Amino acid sequence: MGAGTAAVEAVWRIESGRLVAGLARLTGDVGTAEEFAQDALVAALEQWPVTGVPPNPGGWLMTTARNRAVDGFRRAAVHRRAVETVGRAAPASLDERDAVDDALDDPVGDDLLRLLFTACHPALNREYRVALTLRCLTGLRTDEIARAFLVPEPVAGQRISRAKKALRDKGIRFEMPGPAEVTERLASVLEVIYLVFNEGYSATAGDDWMRPELSAEALRLARLTAVSVPDHPEAHGLAALLELTQSRAAARHDATGRPVLLQHQDRRRWDRLLVRRGLAALVRARDAGGGTVGPYTLQAAIAACHATAPTAADTDWVQIAGLYDVLATAWPSPVVALNRAMAHGHAAGPAAGLALLDAVDVEALARYPQLPAVRGELLAMAGEHAAAAAGFAEAAALTRNGPERALFTERADRARAAADPMGP
Amino acid sequence: MRHLVVLEAVQPATPPPAELMAGIMALGEEATRAGALIDTAGLAPSLVGAKVTVGAGAGLQVTDGPFAESKEMISYAVYDTRTKEEAVEWTSRFMALHRDLWPGWEGEARVLKVMGPEDF
Repeated sequence: MGAGTAAVEAVWRIESGRLVAGLARLTGDVGTAEEFAQDALVAALEQWPVTGVPPNPGGWLMTTARNRAVDGFRRAAVHRRAVETVGRAAPASLDERDAVDDALDDPVGDDLLRLLFTACHPALNREYRVALTLRCLTGLRTDEIARAFLVPEPVAGQRISRAKKALRDKGIRFEMPGPAEVTERLASVLEVIYLVFNEGYSATAGDDWMRPELSAEALRLARLTAVSVPDHPEAHGLAALLELTQSRAAARHDATGRPVLLQHQDRRRWDRLLVRRGLAALVRARDAGGGTVGPYTLQAAIAACHATAPTAADTDWVQIAGLYDVLATAWPSPVVALNRAMAHGHAAGPAAGLALLDAVDVEALARYPQLPAVRGELLAMAGEHAAAAAGFAEAAALTRNGPERALFTERADRARAAADPMGP
Repeated sequence: MRHLVVLEAVQPATPPPAELMAGIMALGEEATRAGALIDTAGLAPSLVGAKVTVGAGAGLQVTDGPFAESKEMISYAVYDTRTKEEAVEWTSRFMALHRDLWPGWEGEARVLKVMGPEDF
């Protein structure tokens, strides 16, 4: 990539979300807006490496995109409905420059938030919401989205175009939901961000232990959301959870790329700035919640227990176990039950953990490698090494992640060696 | 990736114009909202600072401010971006505000990459 192209990409990264959002306000349609924004990007890629980046690159992209939109509308009869929308939004008497400035004049980012709420509309299926959000809000290219989700590029392209078509077919307009619906719709927004983060943080398949870019994008979206809806505690809770989780990213693998479990991580490699930001976001979540906390805030509180423990041995497992008790009561899930068993195993001894493990819905977690891994961990703590080895071996067989498989295999070997120190 | 931007400047005798301060606030809010600006603060004049030096044969030396440099460290910012160019773009916008709104202001912003997991 040439230096000129890199500069265009940098501006695109900064401006694309706002550009799509501004165009969506003009056209009323996210799909059309996204296409015109792409047209403007192509024009910038052609011209800027020659002419240099203009003094007001965001304005340049917006003007270019809007001109193309007007041209396109004039030519294409299929866009008649949208023409009428633009006609209403920008009557001929209105100076075009005013309309452009107006679309960009969005200092508090209401348009971005509206774009996020539209892309994450619950009427779209989850895959579509994720693909559209990444494309429209982060400016990721189709091939980057394909790589992030380990699907062929045409599949990623299809998800994006079908998402746009679905918005159109279902008549979903570019708008914020009413105050009564915001909380409900926000849940979908937060879920998409959470899904994207997790997809990047612990890849479900493939040889990359992490796909760091995806996590970084999700973290940015979480920050944007928290700043945009400051009165909603769970937006801060999710931001806190992601900041705190991401703070451990560098310590999660060793020099050879092998995963390192939380209790063995070199805590000097935890990112203190992200820890600080995460703890601050957690305070905001609690303040905004006024005493009530949601599931993201609770998980962030658990992450904060880890983040503030100077060593693994200092971990306040009693508090963590208590937080999992609350989580398991208010938002029960098989995974929460599993983590709760692990926490109680550390807080009160392996017998307590194993007892709780018996109550976990094993049917629901039949394909989940962490279930036998936690059983292995608790059995190893109890000194039952042969049974522990079987747990880790089962976990190794279940995982689709290469480095994780190597880790489970190694733990199985160690447990076997502990069970039979005289063995081969 | 993360970049530390340190700003050195010679401040004119005139106070910073209100439009500049408003512009800096708006840009900072935009960059924060975008998740790119993750830490920033102003730095007090070196008059209230100190430096600790190790020189040849001199051992440790603590010197109270002010320092003799013509430019003062004004502020720092930490950006979390996908590329260096993006951090440079945010920094350029910040510097352009000073150029356009505070006549006589001269400064230099250094964009320094913070080593991250991607470097190992």
